[in-house]
Amino acid sequence: MLEVKNLHARVDGNEILRGIDLTVNRGEIHAIMGPNGSGKSTLAHILAGREGYEVTGGEVMYEGKDLLAMLPEMRAREGVFLAFQYPVEIAGVSNMYFLRAALNAIRKHRGLDELDAMDFLKVVREKMKLLEMDETLMNRPVNEGFSGGEKKRNEIFQMAVLEPKLAILDETDSGLDIDALRMVADGINRLRSPERAIVLVTHYQRLLSYVVPDYVHVLSDGRIVRSGGKDLALELEQKGYAWLEESAAPVKSGVSL
Amino acid sequence: MSTKPDTIEALVNREYKWGFVTEIEADAVPSGLSEDTIRLISAKKNEPEFMLEWRLNAYRHWMTLEASDAEPKWANIHYPPIDYQKIVYYSAPKTKKGGPQNLEDVDPELLRTYEKLGIPLREREILSGVAIDAVFDSVSVATTFREKLGELGIIFCSFSEAVLEHPELVKKYLGSVVPYTDNFFAALNSAVFTDGSFCYIPKGVRCPMELSTYFRINAKNTGQFERTLIIAEEGSYVSYLEGCTAPMRDENQLHAAVVELIAHDDATIKYSTVQNWYPGDKEGKGGIYNFVTKRGKCLGRNSKISWTQVETGSAITWKYPSCILQGDNSVGEFYSVALTNNYQQADTGTKMIHIGKNTRSTIVSKGISAGHGQNSYRGMVKILKSATGARNYSQCDSLLLGDKCGAHTFPYLEVKNSTAQVEHEATTSKIGEDQIFYFRQRGLSIEDAVGMIVNGFCKQVFRELPMEFAVEAQKLLGVSLEGSVG
Repeated sequence: MLEVKNLHARVDGNEILRGIDLTVNRGEIHAIMGPNGSGKSTLAHILAGREGYEVTGGEVMYEGKDLLAMLPEMRAREGVFLAFQYPVEIAGVSNMYFLRAALNAIRKHRGLDELDAMDFLKVVREKMKLLEMDETLMNRPVNEGFSGGEKKRNEIFQMAVLEPKLAILDETDSGLDIDALRMVADGINRLRSPERAIVLVTHYQRLLSYVVPDYVHVLSDGRIVRSGGKDLALELEQKGYAWLEESAAPVKSGVSL
Repeated sequence: MSTKPDTIEALVNREYKWGFVTEIEADAVPSGLSEDTIRLISAKKNEPEFMLEWRLNAYRHWMTLEASDAEPKWANIHYPPIDYQKIVYYSAPKTKKGGPQNLEDVDPELLRTYEKLGIPLREREILSGVAIDAVFDSVSVATTFREKLGELGIIFCSFSEAVLEHPELVKKYLGSVVPYTDNFFAALNSAVFTDGSFCYIPKGVRCPMELSTYFRINAKNTGQFERTLIIAEEGSYVSYLEGCTAPMRDENQLHAAVVELIAHDDATIKYSTVQNWYPGDKEGKGGIYNFVTKRGKCLGRNSKISWTQVETGSAITWKYPSCILQGDNSVGEFYSVALTNNYQQADTGTKMIHIGKNTRSTIVSKGISAGHGQNSYRGMVKILKSATGARNYSQCDSLLLGDKCGAHTFPYLEVKNSTAQVEHEATTSKIGEDQIFYFRQRGLSIEDAVGMIVNGFCKQVFRELPMEFAVEAQKLLGVSLEGSVG
């Protein structure tokens, strides 16, 4: 579904990604871990199409198409979803209105009928139940006055409504207390599906205790320095990132799975 | 995080859809301003002597202003000196024998013009529930639903007709809210005004439809100086709406209007404006100078005047729809959305003058700046000694798109009664690249994103507009911002 090949990218002239290789198939969950500044969020943003990054080499194929050539909104309509680390607040635009517009933009792109307010409400109610969300959140402006936990849950809720094929979750666990973390993790687990790939970008192992990944990759200094199964995350938790950075040199960069 | 600000820049690429010119033969006076010009205008309109006198007095007053300070200089707007001798003060589409008596006499070219603007003047095609007075350059070309309104005793006609048919009302109220000595542009307007709308709602009558005037400037080098006078007698209600457009021309054109509202005991006047004069091109060339004086007097007890304005057009807007709250318990409201894009400038706001006891006023101002636009809110809340128990609430929000535009706020408070309560809130926010990207990542286009954010920002004001016009205003904002984020 997603194939990243030898991806190089710069921000303000600094090389942040130095040759990333990553293959993600449908139904898989991949965790991308790494210390601060290793390039995890950069990778997530480049996949979603955020401006301000200069891709200097490599390619990204998504369902056989050149992902990097697509506008961000086209990527979204084609099924790429990014759960933001810091979801922005949008005053004056209700969550309900925003999400319906988004869902309809995606449905329209796929040749489906747009949902009217009543039909949309049905979808929302169903997903709210799935994620045990509070309905009052829907009538509030997007993310405005939401707690950190509510913002992250709202991202997962949007994901549930928009039903992406590829979901990239950027540090969705950061800033959450243990209860909120569990709720977010439950939400993600409920959205696991053989049709959907999920990429979890995270600094800590703790989310991975709840959402068990199929693969774990460790990013350091713009390269994937180690890839493995779920146990790699535990090993990392015990030994710290320094362990990998020390042993990084002999590992061939960008192990592809 | 590094982001490129040029995403927001590109939205400053608008199209003005109303910029066409109607080819029509005009009866115009030569450019220039003198007592002779005024006499000529007055003669063309067969005005009674009192009207000419009033005009000439206004002109003489204006001359003294022109000789000293000329235009008011305190506003945060900049433009080259205006040559008042180069302006044509009267231009009317040519008609057979003394003006159209009914729609059948109106030049079909004019009817087509209004149709093109989305304002059909034939009553059967018209939006039900809206009566329209259509003002083209210096004259009113048609007023619809007059008979139906007449059955209720409502007078809705062009100002010129009012002067001839209801001189006693005009004499009594003209200049009673905005005297010609009020300011430079009010003096100019009083001297040379050519037409406008007149509404009179008799005692106890609730006007069953929206009254509306549609102003169109067409001729080149012509100024439009219209005057609107609305009188609501005791216990009456009227909702009035005005709209305006002009062709795209490289020269600036002056529009200096005066609007006066009078509300007697228990009367309510709701006055809405959707202002869409030609704003000039992307480099700031051309466009209308919209220098307007609008004021309402809540003369009676429990009277109410509510101004709602959506200002998206004009190169420069200088406008402060105000309320004099004279009657006890009277209420003044001002709801405003002002948008400046490209090189547009707006200095707009309101004055709420509390004189009567327990008078209340509400001010909600939403300024949107994009491109190189400069947007100033200027508002005065004045509570006189007599205004025991007066209250004011002001909210003033600015939204910025891009980093080359400006938002400014100049609130003035003058409180002379210690029982008064005055509140002022203000915010400034920016449509950030972060917000735009958030929308795009959810599948929405940049235009959708900006449209949704801007409309959300303006919701409080749009709510105050009559339904059809709220929809219209939303669309207009979308068009005005087209291309300013991209």
